[in-house]
Amino acid sequence: MVEQVMTNPGAIESGGHMLSVRDLAVEFGQDRGSVRALDGISLDLRAGRVLGVVGESGCGKSVTARAILGILDRPGRLVGGRVLLDPGTSAEQNLAALDPNGAALRAVRGGRIGLIFQEPMTALSVHYTVGNQIIEAIRAHKTLSKAAARAATVELLREVGIPRPELRIDAYPFQLSGGLRQRVGIAMALACAPDILIADEPTTALDVTTQAQILALLRRLQRDKGIALMLITHDMGVIAQMADDVAVMYLGRIVEFAPVRRLFAAPRHPYTRALLRSVPDIRAVPRARLATIGGTVPHPGARPTGCAFHPRCQEMIAGRCETTAPSPVPAGLEGASCFHAESVVQEAVV
Amino acid sequence: MNVLEVEGLTKHFPIRSGLLQRETGRIRAVQDVSFHIRRGETLALVGESGCGKTTVSRCILRALSPTSGAIRFSQADGTVTDLATLSRRALRPLRRHIQMIFQDPYASLNPRMLVGDIIAEPLLVNGVPAARREARVRELLDLVGLPATARTRFPHAFSGGQRQRVGIARALALDPRLVVADEPVSALDVSVQAQIINLLLDLQDRLGLSMLFVAHDLGVVRHVSDRVAVMYVGHIVEIAPTAELYTRPRHPYTEALLAAVPKPDPAQRDAIAAPSGEVADPANPPPGCAFHPRCPFAVPRCATEVPALRETTHGSWSACHRTNELTLQGVV
Repeated sequence: MVEQVMTNPGAIESGGHMLSVRDLAVEFGQDRGSVRALDGISLDLRAGRVLGVVGESGCGKSVTARAILGILDRPGRLVGGRVLLDPGTSAEQNLAALDPNGAALRAVRGGRIGLIFQEPMTALSVHYTVGNQIIEAIRAHKTLSKAAARAATVELLREVGIPRPELRIDAYPFQLSGGLRQRVGIAMALACAPDILIADEPTTALDVTTQAQILALLRRLQRDKGIALMLITHDMGVIAQMADDVAVMYLGRIVEFAPVRRLFAAPRHPYTRALLRSVPDIRAVPRARLATIGGTVPHPGARPTGCAFHPRCQEMIAGRCETTAPSPVPAGLEGASCFHAESVVQEAVV
Repeated sequence: MNVLEVEGLTKHFPIRSGLLQRETGRIRAVQDVSFHIRRGETLALVGESGCGKTTVSRCILRALSPTSGAIRFSQADGTVTDLATLSRRALRPLRRHIQMIFQDPYASLNPRMLVGDIIAEPLLVNGVPAARREARVRELLDLVGLPATARTRFPHAFSGGQRQRVGIARALALDPRLVVADEPVSALDVSVQAQIINLLLDLQDRLGLSMLFVAHDLGVVRHVSDRVAVMYVGHIVEIAPTAELYTRPRHPYTEALLAAVPKPDPAQRDAIAAPSGEVADPANPPPGCAFHPRCPFAVPRCATEVPALRETTHGSWSACHRTNELTLQGVV
């Protein structure tokens, strides 16, 4: 009944930096001025580790993924920062400096970096069979005969747990259930054996038992292949089950970064604390009220002064939080961007 | 006293194909479903997509006509009416007593109407005089925690959570006997979702609302409901008081559902428990118990005989042949 998670003893050594994002900034141009959707995002994806990125709608978590891959929707545009592939090595490459439509970035996208979407139908065409689309993806990156690519596709579909892959390869996406479609989406992301995977809300559209199957699959593949996984979600349950490290986002900034156990045991940022308390719990006393965060997430165009969370914060320091912004969490260090957390010594995440 | 008694509710949708559109099959969306809702009680209907929970709620609202079965609704004066067979005309005077809260606060409010007019519309349709309407709208805005100035603004000026408050105010305008809420918080962010859950809890206490709460999120359901009915492929497989269903499930599907919820606790993450296989197709359900192909406890009998919903302990019902021999794992 339980999909077993196998850990590969000979797995690739974990911890090496695969991708480092530094000071990423994105603006969405509008008629009157522009809106800053991302404001100085720094994070690291490391081999064999899962970085969970969590936040409410509009916090910029999806924009971060799209900015890394150079697939921002217009009128969004990158206005600053670096996206370093293989940082610190001789092969280091700044993806942010590449032409988003150029061959160099296209080789990385779907090659070194795989992408899994929330709704696999957005990634799949309705006009082609599942097999044709995966074969096309493989052949866009590798020189392989059609027959060899087809055989590889059957193997991929088998690996992601699709029953009778030699038949399903000729199915159209609409003939598959939501769970099977997401498995196809994962197979497609894995087509070129990427060492980095970005999954944007991969289970949000799925039912709870299907979600459990897909999470178990993602965890198994990530561990076996030593993939650096960036998992974007709004669900603290998914974060608790999947992430090694967690970045909590609010209004285009990372407000807290910590290893998952410490984040849940001792959250530093008042927003993280409030978020954790407001999650409905299946262990709750019936009819128990939830802790709430007053107000709503402001529009990025109307970012509050000082700390952007201050109008909703119960621990606001009058005269300070509304005028001065707390310093951001330094890349790779555990901590929170909050005046209350600054007294705590920031430790490097090992 | 029961506000609603549903008995043997069945809804099939024909599958038509070919030039003559002959019926070539049937989707058994809801199959022999029975339950009741007591006055002041919230019953949650949970299950995965396609299990029939929304079809049940739409039958009760008579947005759909049931294939068979009875939906007995008791009015304030004690008269009991079977909604299942009433004509559209005969239904009309009853409709004000059963109101609905929708899932999507962006799609369920007319963007061209002022919030005050949206909330007043059910009053207007039911002939409440203008002066009384105005006062009632103010009362309702206050009840759902919106400022009185909201009356003269359009829905676009409000966030998702505030719009859902408008939808709730509209549903409560006529003091309904029964409120049907279909996934009322699933489109909202967690921080806002918590506000709306608390509002619903307040309203239950203050107004003694009777509610059918259709949802897929077991965490939300635990917070708002008194009893829970679990559906799988058109059937109710278990009904029990909320705390009991979560701590001591009596049906293997309920156990699987509870185990599949990702727990917000990184210390408990050794195994993600997922039942194998996929939800059965309601157009072609497996014989016997629909859950048997995925059930770890299935015996040959489960593949041939449909289990009836039987009372296990007082107030707890389960449709499983083996319910008395199994000790299933709940959440602690």
